[in-house]
Amino acid sequence: MSYKILIAEDSSTMRSLIVSTISAMGNYQLIEAANGFEALRILPREKVDLVITDINMPDINGLELISFIKNNPNYKNTPLFIISTEGSEKDRDKGLSLGADAYLVKPFNPIELQDLVRQYLG
Amino acid sequence: MSTEFSGQALKEFLGEAEEIIEGLHLALLKIGDRTSPDDLDPELINSIFRGAHSLKGLAGMFGFNDVSELAHHMEDMLDNFRLGKIPLSDELIETIFESLEYLTLLVQGKSEDENYSIDITPVLSRIDAVLSGDNKPESNIFKQFNIEPSILNVLTEYEEHRLHENLTKGNNLFRIEVTFDLSSFDQGLAEISELLKQSGEIISTLPCFGELTERIAFQLLFGTAIGTEAVHDLVGNDAIKVTAIVSRAGTDTGAQPRPAESAEAIIDATAEDLAPAQSQADSASMRSISRTVRVDIDKLDDLMNIVGELVLSKGVFAEIAEKMKATGRDDIASSVQKATRELERKLDDLQKGVMEVRMVPIAQLFDKMLRIVRQVAKTQGKKVALDIQGADTELDKLIVEDLSDPLQHIIRNAIDHGIETPEERRRAGKPEQATICLWAFQKGNHVVIEIKDDGKGIDPEVIRAKAIKKKLVSANAELTRTDIYDLVFLSGFSTRDEVSELSGRGVGMDVVKNNIASLSGMIEIDSEVGKGTRIAITLPITLAIIKALIVQVSGTTYAVPINSVLETLMIEESSIRTIERKEVIELRQTTLPLLRLAEVFGLRSPQERASRCFVAVVGLAEKKIGIVVDDLLGQQDVVIKSLGSTLSFVQGISGAADLGNQKTILVLDVGGLMSEALRGDSNVHV
Repeated sequence: MSYKILIAEDSSTMRSLIVSTISAMGNYQLIEAANGFEALRILPREKVDLVITDINMPDINGLELISFIKNNPNYKNTPLFIISTEGSEKDRDKGLSLGADAYLVKPFNPIELQDLVRQYLG
Repeated sequence: MSTEFSGQALKEFLGEAEEIIEGLHLALLKIGDRTSPDDLDPELINSIFRGAHSLKGLAGMFGFNDVSELAHHMEDMLDNFRLGKIPLSDELIETIFESLEYLTLLVQGKSEDENYSIDITPVLSRIDAVLSGDNKPESNIFKQFNIEPSILNVLTEYEEHRLHENLTKGNNLFRIEVTFDLSSFDQGLAEISELLKQSGEIISTLPCFGELTERIAFQLLFGTAIGTEAVHDLVGNDAIKVTAIVSRAGTDTGAQPRPAESAEAIIDATAEDLAPAQSQADSASMRSISRTVRVDIDKLDDLMNIVGELVLSKGVFAEIAEKMKATGRDDIASSVQKATRELERKLDDLQKGVMEVRMVPIAQLFDKMLRIVRQVAKTQGKKVALDIQGADTELDKLIVEDLSDPLQHIIRNAIDHGIETPEERRRAGKPEQATICLWAFQKGNHVVIEIKDDGKGIDPEVIRAKAIKKKLVSANAELTRTDIYDLVFLSGFSTRDEVSELSGRGVGMDVVKNNIASLSGMIEIDSEVGKGTRIAITLPITLAIIKALIVQVSGTTYAVPINSVLETLMIEESSIRTIERKEVIELRQTTLPLLRLAEVFGLRSPQERASRCFVAVVGLAEKKIGIVVDDLLGQQDVVIKSLGSTLSFVQGISGAADLGNQKTILVLDVGGLMSEALRGDSNVHV
């Protein structure tokens, strides 16, 4: 069985970079959400094993998405990574205190992302 | 790191980067248009910040350190701006504009050559200067109002600032709870957001876990000057739970002032009826908005070529059917013909489909011009408004792209030479602010783009004198008004020095004209002294596949785009008359100037002219000429291929076309030939 990874990120280029980085590792099923709303819709439909989210998105922000996931008994044990641009340390700290499991800075190092995915999903 | 991602990813990046920069420009223009600082839409500022932010992250992934560094600086500046740490000023707006200019250059440069770079230190220091201005720290108003950490925890730094702004302004703060079906929540949220935004600002939208899996709850943080009652009236729905977090006495501007404690009133229900059944249908259509794919234009070109070749193969089948008929195999011939017609219909649909995909509204080009106008007017100290109409007119993507330079040049010219300074305009009794109209509209198979200014106009006598001085016309040449204005398109009319001094670019109107001609278009100019100048560009809607009239001259075949052919005539040589050394014929009480293709291209004409010849009457815009040829071979679909830069200097030819059967013929540049013919004396030689 392959793991399902939800990627919430409003930049399509950044999304496809994340997708190509993880696809290179092998058998993962990647589900893309172009904004927070799409992510909210996908969550109950798919049994997601890992969430990777941006912080700055147009509809709901990444922090709100993290709060939703980590306060919801159905998803709260799902590992969650933030990928956000440097310079938003305050937002990063909030994300981590809301329960995010890891934080990556854009431009992210593909190896680092692959290591994290391996660490949480094996 | 750039080597780790494919060329495709790079293309995607450049595409997205361009989109982001365009978006930033538009948002910035809106900010520049505001009348007072209070008009400023915080969302607009935040969207600019987000654009710079995305660009920084993206550019970093590709190792474009210059783009990333500049975007980073912009982000810092915009972050401080959106957080209220630096005030809105002209210098700030100008600095952002300048940064965008640099970003545009960098991204465009990199699309040609990945290693392209420019020195960005001047703009970086300008940003740093803005940043080092007065920074005002935020006081801790949250403690004062007892805002719970649970609220603050999910707010980004920016949202925190918005909350701070609302509280400082003396606004009330409400928590509004709504529940929607999972399938249609975005529609429901959009509806309530619209209502709320009329009287305040939605600071954050927090999704919450609910008991039912098919429903989802949201808590909106709403900052507003109105009181609880008024908020209830606004959402107009008892099913929505409104809780006051901060409610100050005397701030209720609703119809009836209410005592403060009633602000705690809670109406508990779900928003079942806020999102009625109809919203489900709407949400389906909302989803379809985002169902777009970004496609490389080269792929569309390939597709178009294949469609074109199919069209040609179809022609071959039709020919086979004809041959069969000629050899007496009628029954099979007619079924082949029937099948061919069926094929033709489907091919037409396919062709239309592919063509439609290539069409883009001209709006993106017009938006760019807004920028140019703003920039040029500013450096010249002139006041200019741009009146855009018909921005939704659609044209082939490639035409729109190639139109950018000529249009930019025309507009720069208009501001440089046409439009007077505010003082001059005042003295002439005109409003200080000049207007340039940029209008597009469809006219049959063509799109007309009109650029009209209300500046000082061009004096025909000045043009004539200049042309005589430059030996472009003889001093005693008889020229009509139109002839005189057409002189500005002659190469050598404006010298490089003059143009670069005035327009900052080393091109003249002759280059503009050639650009338009290479798009099979035509450009006309008219002017009235003191009133202004009008330039009209007429372009075909698409260039890829056209119907053409195939003509033969001295044994060589040429294609004439059918959309410029008005009619064809067979005439007697004897009916041709000569007026002022030009050949003409009488056509329904008008005189039609003729152009012998054989002479234009220096083809060897037969010793004796046949007593009869054919004339293709062509027209573009308001003008008409007759092209004299030996024979008309019929109509056919042709696929236009570019001649490439090596042959672009050949006048009178706009490209090559495939005729099927591996035959390639040249396509006439009707616009170019017409201006040659109407001007008269000079022959072009290949």
